[in-house]
Order: sequence, then C-alpha cells, then structure tokens
Amino acid sequence: MTSTVPLPAHLEDAVRSETSLRRFLEGLPGVDPVGVEQRAAALATRSIKKTAKLAAIDLAISMVDLTTLEGADTGGKVRNLCRKAMLPDPEFPEVPRTAAVCVYPDLAATAVEMVRGSGVKVAAVATAFPSGRSSVEVKLADTRMAVQAGADEIDMVIDRGAYLAGRYGVVFDQIQQVKATCGDARLKVILETGELATYDNVRRASWLALLAGGDFIKTSTGKVAPAATLPVTHVMLQAVRDWRDQTGQQRAVKPAGGIKTTKDAIRYLVAVHEVAGPEWLDPYWFRFGASSVLNDLLMQRRTQLSGHYSGPDYVTMD
Amino acid sequence: MDWEYAPAPESAAIGAIKDRYLPYIDGTFVEGGGDDLITYSPGTAEQLSTVSTVNGADVDRAVAAARRAYEKVWAPMSGAERGKYLFRIARGIAERARELAVVETLDNGKPIKETRDFDVPTAAQHFFYHAGWADKLQHLGLGADPRPLGVAGQVIPWNFPLLMAAWKIAPALAAGNTVVIKPAETTPLSILVLAEVIADADLPPGVVNIVPGAGDVGSTLVNHPGLDKVAFTGSTPVGRSIQQSLAGTGRKLTLELGGKGANIVFADAALDQAVEGIVNGIFFNAGQVCCAGSRLLVQESIAEELLAKLRARVETLRVGDPMDKNTDVGAINSARQLERITTLTQAGRDEGAEVWSASCPLPDRGWFFPPTLITAASSSMRVSREEIFGPVLTVLTFRTPDEALAKANNTPYGLSAGVWTEKGSRAMGMAAGLRAGVVWDNTFNRFDPAASFGGYGESGFGREGGPSGMAAYLDTDDEPVLPSSRSGRKGRR
Repeated sequence: MTSTVPLPAHLEDAVRSETSLRRFLEGLPGVDPVGVEQRAAALATRSIKKTAKLAAIDLAISMVDLTTLEGADTGGKVRNLCRKAMLPDPEFPEVPRTAAVCVYPDLAATAVEMVRGSGVKVAAVATAFPSGRSSVEVKLADTRMAVQAGADEIDMVIDRGAYLAGRYGVVFDQIQQVKATCGDARLKVILETGELATYDNVRRASWLALLAGGDFIKTSTGKVAPAATLPVTHVMLQAVRDWRDQTGQQRAVKPAGGIKTTKDAIRYLVAVHEVAGPEWLDPYWFRFGASSVLNDLLMQRRTQLSGHYSGPDYVTMD
Repeated sequence: MDWEYAPAPESAAIGAIKDRYLPYIDGTFVEGGGDDLITYSPGTAEQLSTVSTVNGADVDRAVAAARRAYEKVWAPMSGAERGKYLFRIARGIAERARELAVVETLDNGKPIKETRDFDVPTAAQHFFYHAGWADKLQHLGLGADPRPLGVAGQVIPWNFPLLMAAWKIAPALAAGNTVVIKPAETTPLSILVLAEVIADADLPPGVVNIVPGAGDVGSTLVNHPGLDKVAFTGSTPVGRSIQQSLAGTGRKLTLELGGKGANIVFADAALDQAVEGIVNGIFFNAGQVCCAGSRLLVQESIAEELLAKLRARVETLRVGDPMDKNTDVGAINSARQLERITTLTQAGRDEGAEVWSASCPLPDRGWFFPPTLITAASSSMRVSREEIFGPVLTVLTFRTPDEALAKANNTPYGLSAGVWTEKGSRAMGMAAGLRAGVVWDNTFNRFDPAASFGGYGESGFGREGGPSGMAAYLDTDDEPVLPSSRSGRKGRR
C-alpha cells in the first residue's frame, strides 16, 4: 500500500542519491525543543471525562500491541499473552481485543497459532532487535524467519550507529531491504529516539523511514531509556501528518515503552487527535507498544462503569 | 474515529461569588459613595455580581489613609518586615488559587485553563519575587539608599485583572510605597478577593486601598494632588490624557499602553513551533493582550506553507465556555469590546483584505468572536495599524530581513515583537533593530517577574518587573537608563 503509489517529484529527488537524501533530511525545518515541549505539556492538561474517557479507554485497548520481549519468554507465557489479547477482561467480553501481540521471532509461530481467526495480529521484532548490531544478511534472515512463521507485522530497528554517523543511505537501504523481505507484513521502523537524542534527529529519522517505505514509525525498543515521550511522539505525529499532506498517503505511528497508565494513554490519544488528526484514531494507524498499561486501562474501565475502584487482583496478571 | 471531548466544566461554586462586593479602604471593606456597578460574566452575558463604587470623597479618604500608612508604618518599617508581608500575600494567593482562577474566569471571560495555569500562579510569583527585593534595595544598582516615593495611584485594565494588580502592588510595596488602586469597571472582582488575602495577611491598614469605579474614578485618582506616583496600564488615548494632566506636577508616571506586536517568521524557522507561537501570540486571552503578536510578518518563500499549517492549527482551537477546562479561546470581555473587534474586522473586509475565520461553532450566548486571520492585507489598512485587541491576526509578507525590520517598526507602538529563526545571529541582529520593549526569540507571550516589561513610543514608558520595575517605585539620584542608541535603533520616536 505504500510502494505502489508514486511519490511527488521533490520526494523522488530526495531519494535519488546519498547526497540528495542528506540534503533533503538536513533541509527539513528544525524542531524547537522549548516550543514542542511546551505544546506537549499544554495538550497534556486536556480534561477527558465521562463518555469521552470511556471511549478513549476502549480505543486505547484496541490499539495495544501487547508485548513480551524478555530473554526468559516461553511458549507458555506467549500463549497466555495471546489469550489476554483476545479476551482482555473475561468478565466483560465486550471489551475490545488488543490490536496485536508483539514477541521475539522464535515465538511468532506459537502466537500465530494461538490468535488465528481472532483478528489479533502477530507482530515480531526482527533485525537483531534491540541493538540492530549485526550484518544485513543476519537482519534479513531474522526478518524472513518471522515472516515465514506467519507474523503480520515486523518491528525492525534502524542502525543508529550509521544514522548518528550521518550515513543516511545505509539506514535507508536497510529499511528498503527489510521492507522487501516483509512481503505482505506491515513494517514498523523503530527509531530508538532515546539514542537519537534530539528532536531534529527524530524528525529526520521519521522522514527517512517514511521515504524508505516504513508502514509505521515507532519510537523505541523499550530497552533504552528514555523510551517514548509525549514531545517525541508529537514530532512523529507531525511527520506523518506532513507526509500525508505531501503525498496523500497515510502512515502509522507507534510510541512504545514508558506508557504505563490510562492517564498516559489518554494524553497520547489527545496528541493523536489534535496533532495528526482524528483520522489516526484507529488501531490501524496508531498503536501503543506496552504491556502493563492494559491492566490499568481495564481497571479504569471498570471504574468508569461501576463508579468505584477495584484492585489489581480483579484483572489478570498476564 | 469521531472523538468528542465531554464537557469538563470547573465548578462555579468554587468561586464563592458574593451578591455584592465593597471597596477596601484603610484596612476595612466599606460602602462606597458612588452608584453600584453591575459586573457581567462574558461567557454567558449574565449578571454576575454588584460592586459598590467610590466617589471623590472616598478617593480622598483612601489617599489620606495611604499617606498615613506610608508615613507612620510602611516606610519606616524594615525591608525584611515588609518582605514578610509580601511573602504572606504570595502564599495567600497560592492557597486560594483555585477560587481566584474561577472568580477571574467568571468575571473576565478568559478560559479557566489560562487563569489556572497562568494568571493566578504568575500573580503569586510576582509577590514572591518582589518580596525578595524588599530588604535588598541597596543592591538594585540605584545608589546606596534608594527611598520610596510615597503614595502611588494605580489604574489597571480588564485583560489581566489579578495579574495586573500583582504587577502594580508588589513592586510598590516592596519599595516601601503605599497604594490606592482602581480596577477596571468590567473586572473588579478578583482584586477584591485579593483584598481578602491582603486583609488575612494582616497588612497594616491603608497600605493597600482598592477603589472600584468607572473611568471617572480613575481620572479623579490619577489627578489627585496627594499622590507621588501614578502608574497606568490601559489604552493609549487615556494614557496620553493622563500624561497631559500630570505634566508639570512633578509626580512620577509610568504608562503601559497599547501595542501592535510583530511576529516575524523567517524561512528557516522551526515551522511547527512557529505556528504554535503565532497561535499563542494572538489567541492567548483571545488576543486581548497589549503585547499580542497581532501582525504576522512571514517570509514570502514559506508564506503559503506556513499559512496552510496555521489555518489547520486554528481549526483545532476549541472556542467556547470559559469554564470548560478544554476551552482554548474564551469570551470577549465586554459587548463593547466585541463590537470594536467586529467593526475593525469589517473595516479590513471593506478595505479589500481577505478575512478567514475558524469554522468552530460559537456559543449562542455570551460575547464571542472566532479566531480570525486577515491575509492579503497591506500596511496601510486599519487592521494593520490599529490595535484590534481581539483574536484577529493580520498577515503581511516580507522578502529580506531589512524589509521585515522596516515593516515591524512601522508603527507608533513599540511594546513587543517575536523573531522565529534557527539562525542565532539573525535573531540577535533583528532584536537589536526592533523598536520594541520586549523581543521574544523563538517563543511568544512568555513572562517572568524577573524580566522587565514595557514599551516604546505610544506603547508607553517605564518598566515593570525585574530591577528596572523596582526603579519605577524608588526615588533615586539617577534615572535608570533605558536601552537605546544601540546600533540599528533609531532612538525614541
């Protein structure tokens, strides 16, 4: 859906050579840190109550990529995660399922089998996640393994070493090759914004990923602090909005890591609503890479319906 | 998905609005001799409360009380003691912050978000900041022993009622003066709640006197022979008449008047933040701000892109009930002001400018005006020259830095300006050439008690905030030197 439509001329020019790519990315308007942080803080004061809150909670649940990315993961843990994704709150079957489960590639097949027919997607991290420190061959093999296991979505990491050294062409080529290996799977490009350090870099890396054909731009692996922040997500939402204005194509955004509470999730949804636009308020176009936030959303949902707080023991642990 | 924010109104009960408010003279709330005035809530256009106003005899009593307090108590008191009172008032404002925010929003019409997050906390900050100066006057750089002036008469506007009260009262008191202050007739409530805070702080009677009333009371006050100092914030015509009547009296005067601030966006600016800065510059307090960035000067090569982004952003502004916590742009303060904004905007249309307004629905009651952009404007149009004092932005383009500077300075006013560029040397060069008291670099409408604020030309003279704001309330051997005659400046008009 991204490669078939031709890009406008100025963007075709941008990717013609390493030099033109550099000129394009470094010619993007800068991001003023004071300004973007002020705007993010101001939007975070929105007061979302009653029906708007309940709608936001259900929407947020439906946008969760329920994630487990531990060395200690097992087939059993992934199966439990899948059950939770398909039926987040067994006492309230009307609670929407999460968008996806997100696992390491060797456990993708287990997840695919569990969620088959449920509508829950399987996302697998690949490309030597989380550091991306390996050869292109290994990264592509990693991707191929996940795709062959049936993953619907691939979460790749960019080569931050190359990016920070200014070798944008290397990063661009790798994203394109991974995209080509994905087949029908949607590609999420993890920028690891915590290592990119500046908002200018986040904007440039976002455009780099969009130009190379990424279906999603994603903030973080969750393994580096800081993970997702509101101002970083603002910059990325602005990028997909600008991308649509210039190309007519819509692309998706996924903040990941550090989103722990319903209040956090709602602040992100407000940013999606007011920075990118209401068209992005859809699990196809926006995701939360998170795990613990789901239980908080479920508890808050019960509170909205019953009028009193339950406790963490009323929702399941995994 | 269509996601409507449910109404999130702050509770009006928190404001504990009384049926009637009284002037505060010589430490007590007293019936004034003038006719009661009715104050309205701009968000609904309904009556909010009544206020007893003062007459000439009351002003005499207030000035006499201030004189007594000055001579017997306040000036002889040590700076450290005066500072304690100011700290106490600052804490009192912070303690009653939520109530003050609600009172201000109900009486003024600005969104609760602004009163809660800006007006009230900044008012408290001004008392905190100036409390610190009270025992350090000899370190202001104004000589070994700067002395207070005496009794100050102060008149404040309706756009930031509580904050302007703090701007005026805090430095005057820190320097050892006593004050008689008149709030605007459409917004007298928050300062009378501040009077309760002042009374609770056990401030000695007569140090602060509050005399509500209309323009005639203001005129009586500023012309009162018992004053040593007059400070006025408001319109340029009134400021001019005050200056005329005070000429030759030897009384010190500071004026903070109108403006037509230029917000200058260069092609290399951080565009998304520039858009935010433009929005903040003109739609903060619905543009009813003397330092509003009401003239956008945008470099021609990015004008189309920037205006597209700006229009899209303005469409997301939430205009409506000032008490709703999600309202971005509230009500216009009075029917009269709304009429002025409407008239001037129509004049722009008649003169051939393109007028575009946000499509947001406006409430069917109260005084509201939609966020509006006026493009294809020329410098000679009324909308480019006169202060509209509303949510109306005039857009002009430029090609070179010199042209931007010439257009920005081509106004009798000179209060504020903004420069948006990622190139530091250009920002510094523009700041040196702009004839404005405040120049914001890559931001707009940011205030700090430590930074002095004031204008050039028809925007007035004298500074508020920072050490130069203190100087305006002290008798010093040398007048403070205002920045002038640096390269690029053409000097005072």
